[in-house]
Amino acid sequence: MTTTAEWLDIGWIDQIPVRGSRTVQVEGGDDIALFRTAEGKVFALLDRCPHKHGRLSQGIVHGGAVACPLHNWRISLSTGEALGEDKGCTPTVPVKIDGGRVLICRASTLKAAA
Amino acid sequence: MEHSPLSPDADTREHLIVIGNGMAGCRAVEELLARDPARYRVTIFGTEPRVNYNRIMLSPVLAGEKCFDDIVINDADWYKSNGIALVAGDPVVGIDREAKIVTTRGGVAESYDKLLIATGSDPFIIPVPGKDLPGVIAFRDMDDVDTMLAAADAGGDAVVIGGGLLGLEAAHGLSLRGMKVTVIHLMPTLMERQLDEAAGWLLKQALEARGQTILTGADTAEIVGDGKVEGVKLKDGTLIPASLVVMAVGIRPSTQLARDAGLAVGRGIQVDDHMVTSDPSVLAVGECVEHDGQVYGLVAPLWDMCRSLADGLVEKPTGYRGSVTSTKLKVSGIDVFSAGDFSGGDGCEDIVLRDASRGVYKRVIVRDDRIVGAVLYGDTADGSWYFDLLKKQEDVSQLRDLLIFGQAFAAGGGAADPKAAVAALSDDAEICGCNGVTKGQVVSCIAKGAHSLDTVRGTCKASASCGSCTGLVENLLALTLGDDVQSGPKTMCKCTSFGHDDVRREIVAQAMRSIPEVMQKLHWTTPDGCSSCRPALNYYLLCALPGDYVDDQQSRFVNERLHANIQKDGTYSVVPRMWGGLTNPTELRAIADVVEKYDAPMVKVTGGQRLDIFGIKKEDLPAVWADLNAAGMVSGHAYGKALRTVKTCVGSEWCRFGTQDSTGLGVKIERMSWGSWMPHKFKIAVSGCPRNCAEATIKDFGVVCVDSGYELHVGGNGGIHVRATDLLCKVATEEEAMDYCAAFIQLYREEARYLERTAPWIERVGVDYIKSRIADDDTGREALRARFLHAQSFSQDDPWAQRAEGAEAEHHAPMARFTPQKEIA
Repeated sequence: MTTTAEWLDIGWIDQIPVRGSRTVQVEGGDDIALFRTAEGKVFALLDRCPHKHGRLSQGIVHGGAVACPLHNWRISLSTGEALGEDKGCTPTVPVKIDGGRVLICRASTLKAAA
Repeated sequence: MEHSPLSPDADTREHLIVIGNGMAGCRAVEELLARDPARYRVTIFGTEPRVNYNRIMLSPVLAGEKCFDDIVINDADWYKSNGIALVAGDPVVGIDREAKIVTTRGGVAESYDKLLIATGSDPFIIPVPGKDLPGVIAFRDMDDVDTMLAAADAGGDAVVIGGGLLGLEAAHGLSLRGMKVTVIHLMPTLMERQLDEAAGWLLKQALEARGQTILTGADTAEIVGDGKVEGVKLKDGTLIPASLVVMAVGIRPSTQLARDAGLAVGRGIQVDDHMVTSDPSVLAVGECVEHDGQVYGLVAPLWDMCRSLADGLVEKPTGYRGSVTSTKLKVSGIDVFSAGDFSGGDGCEDIVLRDASRGVYKRVIVRDDRIVGAVLYGDTADGSWYFDLLKKQEDVSQLRDLLIFGQAFAAGGGAADPKAAVAALSDDAEICGCNGVTKGQVVSCIAKGAHSLDTVRGTCKASASCGSCTGLVENLLALTLGDDVQSGPKTMCKCTSFGHDDVRREIVAQAMRSIPEVMQKLHWTTPDGCSSCRPALNYYLLCALPGDYVDDQQSRFVNERLHANIQKDGTYSVVPRMWGGLTNPTELRAIADVVEKYDAPMVKVTGGQRLDIFGIKKEDLPAVWADLNAAGMVSGHAYGKALRTVKTCVGSEWCRFGTQDSTGLGVKIERMSWGSWMPHKFKIAVSGCPRNCAEATIKDFGVVCVDSGYELHVGGNGGIHVRATDLLCKVATEEEAMDYCAAFIQLYREEARYLERTAPWIERVGVDYIKSRIADDDTGREALRARFLHAQSFSQDDPWAQRAEGAEAEHHAPMARFTPQKEIA
């Protein structure tokens, strides 16, 4: 376990399905959604679409984006910005992979989920 | 001389040896074969150990939009079936023109009657200290791309030296692959040979917005590093860290071999109008040649050169007259086009249009009422029109006022009509830049029977490479074939240029088994599709290969992945199946218990005669299902593109008007068809008499019982556009009603497009077609029914029971929980 003052250890990268998502429950706040792309990159966003607060973790992951399950807004996994004609942004949380473990930034998690 | 296995003694034809297995060499051979396939025995020597591929498509490979197989022009079969000997990976190192023999590095000697040099060009490496360090590469061949991909996997910083076409495409690809990219450009403007200052500035802004660092007016002093590259130092002292340096400052004709052989060489190998060098037995073509004082570093002039070369080889010389070139930048999302001379000067007039909010800049340069150059940024749709006018030297004085607004306006149309625009292009206007195909060639290919985009691509190769001219080709199809022949089908989504029907046909014809295989074989333009095409492909595969195809959960909408309907607050609603709308105390009690136990805030009677439990949390779904399963209930599939409900009225058992047992028939039909995945949701109803209390005439399949039997109705819909059913036919027995129902469902499953309900499907294909397949064709109907029942043998496992037993538990549980207070303490 490498949880530190700055980083939260969430689990093994393999626990997130490729082109899929898992969530981290944050007590007293919104969930954080973790995504793993086809290329194996992991991203973390607040699990809330900027449009109507759909659960992004339930969307279809394609390329570097996720399609929100409610109204199909496409949200960039790296920036949290809505893509295409839509405007809006979901807070992102820095992620790092260390020895196959997924770590997310503690401060950003608290800030995003608050 | 060493005996060569390449010269079968029996073959007495003249021997043509081609040095260079690239685009020029192979194109020349293709042109020759098209004129006289039997005239020469052909041997091709290539430096790279692979077949002929489209070098200009290396950028999309680097960017992850294509893979190597996508950019192969001629595969091994092509060489074999045309009797061409390919020596790949053993380059020619010497030419003895006296003896007419070439020698390879591996020691193979081969004699020729005609020799074609198509060695292309070499990347120019600027002579700075450190240029030979490991990690410093050019961007010229597939090996360079592999090196860049390996570097990108490791991440870090990359420096691209050269802000021209090739350098920017390399930078774009590396940036997409996750590297932090800096472009160093000596000149003050990016792509200064193709773009003027304004367009160069727009381009710089766009690239910087994508996260690249662009340094213009920056001169490289040295590449630093100890044993491998670590950074690039500029003359002003700036040090930029880099684990990869790509040199893309320019190319030089590859002439060493020709020079050593004593051929006349200036900047390139000097050739006449028939591509013949100073030795009549030796020809040269492509980027390695100098024609009329010009050398070319772009692909387009190749096509004309190869044409005149082949004409000369079969002794019908036509002659090459030089080329005017145009350029397109292959950076997705950034459209840049330039052609001709835009340096301005005496007698030149500029016509400029700027639309800052759309990011559009267009500039056309006119001299003596003729277009001499064009620069387009942001909107390049009219590029081929301007280029055509430029090449033809047409007098544009009549068009002048409207010229800058593009072809549609200048032609007087007012509204943009892309078909009119294509119609106005001349026959020798280039449609496909990647493969050098003109409008005339595309039209004649269509006239010879290529009636779809796919066949056009297969025959003349137009739009078969980068696909940016797909729209033009589709318009040519529509123009040439007229309205009565179906024009290009609508594509599935932006990831492909194929329509639903094409994709489906190919899945069946090629027996494809997985989504990645479909994307690979059908040249998907995105690495893993999008939220439109992935669910469709998943459905087409499971329909084609029931029981064999492994479902891709990540390609299903959330409702089908979680077997429940997502609601706007992120909770789910759960609808257990109630066969034919019948229920009993055990089921009702179980539902009541679930509502209380899981604190469901609402329970509602649905329009489909069942109960919907609202407000269930994702984590609780497996437990809810376990409780419902225990009372004998299974998934109602209210969440799926699937058989939903079979609505019934009470029928002859209770109703004084009832003519048949509609409730019993409804239950039997639901037992037969539940669990089947469909192109879209599918609803059935059975009414016991023509009063039609079950509303069977607005369902996908409806049965209306009458005294003498059963009327079968199809294609109804009670949604936004209410559509009453069409009468399919009338049958005498319950068994027939069930059989026809199964056959109709299977026809819909196999032939409707994904997300197409039965109503629009039937309006598209016509109810007569449905009748011909179901009512009039006993054998066909029976086969459809058998296929449906076969598919059903794999799909009638209750997904709820599997999940309740713990399958795919990760869908229902968070990966971790985080309690801030505890963490702080």
